Amino acid sequence: MSAPELATLRAGDALPERARGTDIVQSFFYNAALWNAHRIHYELEYATKAEGYAGLVVPGPLLGDWLGQCAEDWAGEGARLVKLSYSNRQAAMVGETLRVGGSVKAVDAAAGEVELELWVKNARGEVITPGAAHVRLAR
Amino acid sequence: MSASEARSEAEPSEGQRASEARSEAEPSKERRRSEGRAGPLLTPELLANIGKRAPPDAQIVTRRDIRKYAIASGQTQRRYLGGDVAPPLFHVALFWPVVPRDELTTDGVGRDKLLPKFPLERAMAGGLDIEYHGEMRPGDEVVATRTLTNIYEKAGRSGPLIFYEIVMEVRRKSGELLVTEKTTRILR
Repeated sequence: MSAPELATLRAGDALPERARGTDIVQSFFYNAALWNAHRIHYELEYATKAEGYAGLVVPGPLLGDWLGQCAEDWAGEGARLVKLSYSNRQAAMVGETLRVGGSVKAVDAAAGEVELELWVKNARGEVITPGAAHVRLAR
Repeated sequence: MSASEARSEAEPSEGQRASEARSEAEPSKERRRSEGRAGPLLTPELLANIGKRAPPDAQIVTRRDIRKYAIASGQTQRRYLGGDVAPPLFHVALFWPVVPRDELTTDGVGRDKLLPKFPLERAMAGGLDIEYHGEMRPGDEVVATRTLTNIYEKAGRSGPLIFYEIVMEVRRKSGELLVTEKTTRILR
């Protein structure tokens, strides 16, 4: 994918959507990389009986990371991520296929910066992790 | 999930609370008015924790840790998968507390010593707000400082809510600022 051209960007332009599968090996790697032992991520009986989830919970910060990847993959390697924010509003269960995408919210041509609105949606189309980013495009 | 859960993992405890969390999490004038104010739940003693700082956490960035994080997070970019430079949320992993077994609670979570014991314990939602100032590469020596910057309460539709904010700054040993991260958590 070629990097976006600042001059042709308009508010409302959609970023490419990407499907993200979730599985237990990925969840293991992610929590191991953090040193996170929260049992909702790997012990099904604990997650469902003690904490009332429908299954094993996909780590929240991983969903936030996917929003950062959505912005950076769209902006290209020469761009710089200036700001990233997200909020985990609803949990996702391991095994779900999620969609990650976003759109251009505003363009600051003078600064070379683009403001993005980002989201992770579940199979029901609910936004479970909304977010935002500012990227400075390569010029 | 206990209120005292370690730093930045942010997951709502129940899906049906999500819509409430959505409206509560928006910054507003209402929120500003309620910042740092004592109420039925937040005593002056609890509010006195605002401004508390955790001991600095010094770490060395390694190619191996960057590569592990990049693979774990499903990265596709070669610069991250090869470990040449840290991806944007690498600091979350680098500064996640390394907690000994006997300090974990029964849910497998380490207690964050920066937080007081709050009168509400269920975490509803959470999020991060990050500003990037510079990159981290293998060999970099970096230091994180965390400050409990705010505690406030608001009336939610189904009862009171406690909000708290923690700001983490990641700097080089020289003092150069690399990352500023604000975590916001909501307890019910």
